[in-house]
Amino acid sequence: MELSIFAHYWPMLLKGFGMTVLCWILGTGFGMALGLIIALIQRYSIAPVRWLVQVYVEIIRGTPFLVQLFLLYYGGPMVGIRLDPLPAGIVGLTIYGSPYFAEIFRSAFRAVPTGQIEAARAIGMSEPTIVQRILLPVGLVSALPALVNFSIILTKETVILSIITVPELLYQTQRMSTETFRYLEANLVLALFFWVFVEIISRIGRRFERRITHYLIERP
Amino acid sequence: MVQASSVEVRNVDKFYGPFQALKNVSLSIPAGKVTCLIGPSGSGKSTLLRCMNFLEEYDRGEIRIDGKLIGYDAPGRKMSARNLRQMRRSIGMVFQQFNLWPHMTAQENVAEGLVRVRGMSKPEAMARAATELGKVGLADKLGNYPSRLSGGQQQRVAIARAVAMEPKLMLFDEPTSALDPELVGEVLNVMKALAAAGMTMVVVTHEMGFAAHVADQVAFLEKGELVAVDSPAGIFHAPKDERIWNFLRTYNERNSF
Repeated sequence: MELSIFAHYWPMLLKGFGMTVLCWILGTGFGMALGLIIALIQRYSIAPVRWLVQVYVEIIRGTPFLVQLFLLYYGGPMVGIRLDPLPAGIVGLTIYGSPYFAEIFRSAFRAVPTGQIEAARAIGMSEPTIVQRILLPVGLVSALPALVNFSIILTKETVILSIITVPELLYQTQRMSTETFRYLEANLVLALFFWVFVEIISRIGRRFERRITHYLIERP
Repeated sequence: MVQASSVEVRNVDKFYGPFQALKNVSLSIPAGKVTCLIGPSGSGKSTLLRCMNFLEEYDRGEIRIDGKLIGYDAPGRKMSARNLRQMRRSIGMVFQQFNLWPHMTAQENVAEGLVRVRGMSKPEAMARAATELGKVGLADKLGNYPSRLSGGQQQRVAIARAVAMEPKLMLFDEPTSALDPELVGEVLNVMKALAAAGMTMVVVTHEMGFAAHVADQVAFLEKGELVAVDSPAGIFHAPKDERIWNFLRTYNERNSF
């Protein structure tokens, strides 16, 4: 182990980690939002739109992230979509994650007891209000563990962005290892960063879960 | 006294695919009276009740609330969602499974419709909710979430939630069937008070005692058919149809010691 190399490389590693976090936050956030929209379309829209959305879900779920990213970044310019590495990476993560998030939301919505929706309809509540006041808050509780889980999976998908030269953590550690030939140290620090990152996310997730499920606890 | 609606059900058919759940049902529900729907399970009584606020869409015939057709503008042409919502505002419904919103306290459950549907301010709605919950004997449970209430308490919150909207008609779908026997009484008492205040009530029930003592008329359904409508005395003491007699015999056998 040669720890002295970190004295030189730590600013670069931190920058890489920052980039990883940024890509993850934006990709996950947008992916979740798109997934939610897809799930709502699947629940409320007319049949032809639903089929179209279903085709999108099937195609994205059925193809590897790397292939999607290549299509977007290298194939995109041929159809007039020209994106820099970072935006391409974020758009890529958003698209890749969206169908999984959509499925999580879809099943969570289905887990909301029909009776609670009917009770809202029976007093004359409009469908948008029902979504906002009943479906989302009740559904989110059952969706949360799966949402956190898939968000954690996405942290690790960010490394693929290094292939289209997004300067995230893997990109930086690779540079470090090719410059110093310290492969062990470089990859250990890479693993360490991710492990800490995921640990933080899962802790935040658990805390959030406790907060929004407080009303389910039978005795105070 | 409350303002009360009348309901007129005429020649209603309801199909689930090839299965006919309601067969040419006609029934008059007078304003300010209590009508109980009884019959074996699968007889269509809940379906009929749910057609009255169009939670279940009937296929033929008409259901009029105070003369106004619900669910359709004209036969075969569905009413707009907005108009349906408008009509539902004056029809309260209470469900077998209570269907309280689990993420809201008792008070919030009652206030929700006042704010979101009637456009009341939050403080005003919360004050109103407290009053309504007081009327059903739950003044000390305002801040409780449904998971921390007994079944009987939950059902009373559900009744308060419906009553707070100032409906002119209340539909009860087996309101005591999911309750432990010792909790049935508290819910029935609230319903009796509501009946005494002059509310039009349609009650699907297996509580023959309630039907016999509180109902003004009792309708008996079997296999989607309305077999008879009569006074409680007529149905329970002098049933004119063998099917009613059979039903009551089974009921009595099950409930005797």
